[in-house]
Amino acid sequence: MVDLLTHIVAKYNYWLYIILMMIGLYAMIVKNNLVKKLVGMNIFQTSIILFFVSIGYKKGATIPIIENAHGNGHGGKQLLIRAADYINPLPHVLMLTAIVVSVATFGVALALAVKIYQRYQTLEEDEIRMRLTRK
Amino acid sequence: MHWQLDLFILTLVIFCALAAISVKDLLSTAILFGAYSFMMCLLWAGMGAVDVAFTEASVGAGVSTVFFVAAVFRTTRRTKD
Repeated sequence: MVDLLTHIVAKYNYWLYIILMMIGLYAMIVKNNLVKKLVGMNIFQTSIILFFVSIGYKKGATIPIIENAHGNGHGGKQLLIRAADYINPLPHVLMLTAIVVSVATFGVALALAVKIYQRYQTLEEDEIRMRLTRK
Repeated sequence: MHWQLDLFILTLVIFCALAAISVKDLLSTAILFGAYSFMMCLLWAGMGAVDVAFTEASVGAGVSTVFFVAAVFRTTRRTKD
């Protein structure tokens, strides 16, 4: 039992990512305001990005730039690189794309929210639905 | 990165997220969301993902907040929840 508990506490960051993800999902489903829903969507996306970036982390490793690589390549000396010394850069590259996509999505969604406001004079979902059924 | 600092920033991120979705003014939501993005950027810099961190700082905390504030000024600050 204690063994299981220490196992759970040692992975505290994953539990907090799941809490963050659920906050985003809650905001997307429950909130009535369209802009609040967008904020929830963004929180959800960034929590997933955070999860993926944390997978690439290694304890005791440095950032993925090879040390002394400059100038060492000419002398014919073979540079020894150990992968355990560097953080895995693959999740970083993938998540960089995801950040750009999320900002583009956010911009388009805000533009749509502005158009909806110009047409219905409200951003609340229930008021928009009321106006749609009245016509 | 020390786990104490990691845990502290992570709880700050969760508080910012909760505040951003529960505050009853959309301009406050915009500013809290910018703070959330910046805390997230600190977290990534601590994990060694410097490229992701500065992209998030410029694009997530900068451009997103500008879009958000512009949209709030073109629409309304009022929100029911």
